[in-house]
Amino acid sequence: MQLRAERTFYLIGFVLLAVAPWLVSPYNLSLLGRFLAYAIVALGLVLVWGEAGILSLGQGLFFGLGGYVLAMYLKLVNLAPGDLPDFMQWSGISHLPAWWAIFRNPVIATLGVAAVPAAVAAAFAWLVFHRRVGTVYFALITQAMVLAFVTLLSSEQGYTGGFNGLTDFHTLYGLSLDSQSVQNGLYWATVAALAASFIGLKWLTGSHFGKLLRALSDSENRVRFLGYDSMPYKTIAFVIGAALAGIGGAFFTLQAGVISPAGIGVVSSIEMVVWVAVGGRRSLAGAIVGTLVVNFAQEMVSNAFPNVWPFAIGLMFILVVTLLPSGLGGLFRPEALAALRARLRRLSGAAGLIPMADDPGRDMRGVK
Amino acid sequence: MKTVETLLAVEDVTVEFDGFKAIDSLNFYVDKGGVRVLIGPNGAGKSTLCDTIIGRVRPRSGRILFRGEDITRLPEFRIVRKGICRKFQTPGVLQSLSVHDNLALAARKTRDWWHAFGRDLTKAERERMEDVLALIGLADKRDYLPSQISHGEKQWLEIGMVVATEAELLLLDEPTAGMSPQETSDTADLIRRLVGRHTVLVIDHDMSFVEQLDAPVSVLHMGALLKEGSIAEVRSDPEVAAVYLGRIEDAAAA
Repeated sequence: MQLRAERTFYLIGFVLLAVAPWLVSPYNLSLLGRFLAYAIVALGLVLVWGEAGILSLGQGLFFGLGGYVLAMYLKLVNLAPGDLPDFMQWSGISHLPAWWAIFRNPVIATLGVAAVPAAVAAAFAWLVFHRRVGTVYFALITQAMVLAFVTLLSSEQGYTGGFNGLTDFHTLYGLSLDSQSVQNGLYWATVAALAASFIGLKWLTGSHFGKLLRALSDSENRVRFLGYDSMPYKTIAFVIGAALAGIGGAFFTLQAGVISPAGIGVVSSIEMVVWVAVGGRRSLAGAIVGTLVVNFAQEMVSNAFPNVWPFAIGLMFILVVTLLPSGLGGLFRPEALAALRARLRRLSGAAGLIPMADDPGRDMRGVK
Repeated sequence: MKTVETLLAVEDVTVEFDGFKAIDSLNFYVDKGGVRVLIGPNGAGKSTLCDTIIGRVRPRSGRILFRGEDITRLPEFRIVRKGICRKFQTPGVLQSLSVHDNLALAARKTRDWWHAFGRDLTKAERERMEDVLALIGLADKRDYLPSQISHGEKQWLEIGMVVATEAELLLLDEPTAGMSPQETSDTADLIRRLVGRHTVLVIDHDMSFVEQLDAPVSVLHMGALLKEGSIAEVRSDPEVAAVYLGRIEDAAAA
């Protein structure tokens, strides 16, 4: 019964998203489309961080790889053979490098959106998990990696478009990106990809594999000494998270019309974790909601008061971590709600707002 | 002519931490079947020996044979699959899984990742799990989370997990830590019931518990074996009394 209610709830959510093109303005729809692309990244983080307990502060790297792979195709698709993308000509590059040229093929580019970040994540995970690096150090290494990536992108202007990134796209698979109907189609494709990721991860987290990931985040040692090799489990989770980030990056690039180092760096990568923390790191639906809430809030706050946003997101993060560690998703779980009430009571009691009969410190407070 | 088979042989093993010999050229044999107790004062090297057997710590020299096979350098999960499983000192149960799922994870025989996407427990594994649930007395609490059961029950749950792996050799590191006297004696009963299916090596320093087990005792001191024998023999040994039992009596007198 409860499962059915839950499913109905998800179904309504996705139907609402699917009919959004008729309900909201094209401007808001393009925002929503981009944020839903972010939500695909967030779903991946639920698996990696929420389930497996691997805090990755470097999802921007995989998001960026997916975005750049698709952007390379978009830059090449309308060029005559032998021609170079505009920014390469400006930088005085004379030959298209081979690692660019392969993405002229639409099949390779489309598969590459997920495969390139997945391959990078697999190599990285194999190297790092092998050495049994602790959670905190792992998070720091992912930060270093994303920093190195954006530094490389920015410095190799001739091959990457530098700070400006890649932009000015016109056609995808022969369709004009300027038409509203193609933009609507891209929006629906994003919703479909999000729904497919959601269903896939629901299944995965409910399987024995998902249980094992939770077990690993509880106590990797205990699991290892029950005869499990933890490495492949963690690697697979991390690779799936990276592939989803890449897919999100590609959908973002298509709808934003640009991919550049600005949106994939250290700060962006941390923001991705904040979306998931706000939504609830163990809740797939929560992660989608958290991503939308944080990003629409950012849109509104930074339009009205451009300087306030960093403080607002910081405050949001602190409030969630202290009051509702299981995020907005926790609002649907009775035990998390009870914990929230208890914390609020304790806080207001400590502030002297509500006298608490069972507070042993109360009588002492007046005594100097 | 030996009638009992040696299950585990620790041969001339030395473990060093920054020049400190936690285990010093130790030879230690566990026979197949029955319970064996390892005692010793704090810092004697009991837990280090356990860590070395299960591959968490690698010896500087010497080797460890299990059923005659050298396991000294195997990865930890392979050592477990050979048939050695350990219960840790502090309860190492998995907090986000129910009692049932904790045991299910341990009872599963196919532990490679490619088996993890669907296949449920086999009938034999499920039956084994039910047996273990009954054995540790948590059948009524199978859907509880570890946070909802008592400390003693968590200890039993972890013993149950180790048992559910069907490992031939179980290493129980201070299984009664933090237990009430009643729980301790229940644990001794539980361990005696494991005999026949498993060989059990218990590490502890709670003498009343060790007495209830009524099993051969080895005393470890400064990384080497000091004495082996029955609990009565060990108790009456002046050397053991000096390094170990004497302290307890001192503590009791204080």
